[in-house]
Amino acid sequence: MVKVNGQELDIAGKTVSAYLATTDYDPKRIAVERNGDIVWKSQYDVTVLEDGDSVEIVSFVGGG
Amino acid sequence: MIPTKTEWMDALIARHGRALHERFSAATVAICGLGGLGSNLAFALARAGIGRLVLIDFDRVDLTNLHRQQYQASQIGRYKAEALADNLLEIAPYLEIKAVTGRITEENFAALLQEADIVCEAFDDAEAKAMLVNGVLERLPDAYLVAASGMAGMGTPNTIRTRRITNRFYLCGDEVSDVADSMGLVAPRVMLCAAHQAHTVLRLLAGEYDV
Repeated sequence: MVKVNGQELDIAGKTVSAYLATTDYDPKRIAVERNGDIVWKSQYDVTVLEDGDSVEIVSFVGGG
Repeated sequence: MIPTKTEWMDALIARHGRALHERFSAATVAICGLGGLGSNLAFALARAGIGRLVLIDFDRVDLTNLHRQQYQASQIGRYKAEALADNLLEIAPYLEIKAVTGRITEENFAALLQEADIVCEAFDDAEAKAMLVNGVLERLPDAYLVAASGMAGMGTPNTIRTRRITNRFYLCGDEVSDVADSMGLVAPRVMLCAAHQAHTVLRLLAGEYDV
C-alpha cells in the first residue's frame, strides 16, 4: 500500500504519472513529495511507487 | 534626521539580541511576486532587519491592488519592484535591495534566485506557484523555499497555517481557498498568510526548523 495525503491506496507498482492520470489533479498546479523529497517533474513517468511509500500531493490554488 | 547605520543596528540588537540580529542581517531573501503576499512580507522582513532583499515582479501598481498591497496612490503605474523598494527604504534605510522588473520564468529563475538563502513564493497564479516551487526544489538545492497557497475570501483566519512539506519546503495558507471560487482577496487574510511566510523565514534563519 502507498499512503497518499494520509490515505492508504493500492497503487504500488504504478508510476507517479500513471497514478496522477487516475485523479483530478491538474499536473500544472501540483508538487509531489515522496518519502521526504520532491519528485522532479521530469521523473513522474519513471518514478515507480513502492509498497510503504508515503506521498503527498500539494495542489496549489490561486491568490496572492 | 535619519539615524546612523550604527544607531539603527544597535536598536535592532536591543530588540532581537545580537545573535539573531547577525543572522537576520547576513541573510539574502528573494521575494517572487510583490502583490498582497510579497509586499506585506517584504515589509515584515525589512522591519526585522533582514540584510538584503531581492524583489521580483514584472507588474506595475494598479488601483485594484491598493486594497491589500503596500503601495500608495501616488505610485499607480510604477513598477512594483521599484515602488516597493522606495517604500521599504522609508522604514529600513540601510536595507540592501535588488529590484527586478522582469518576469520570472522556468528559464531564468535559477539565475535570479541563486544568491538567495531563502526564496519566498508569493505569486497570484496557481500554475506559476507550482512552476516556481518545483523549479526551486529541483535546481536550487541549498535554498529554503517558503510558499503560499489558499488565502482568498472571507473565511475564518484560523485555517491559515504553516506546514513543513520537506526539509526545505514550507507551505503557508489554508491550501483550499482559491481566488477563482470566492469574492477575491481581502487584506487581513492575505496579510496573515504573508505574516506566516515572513515569520517562517525568520525562524529558519534562527535555526528553528519545526512548525
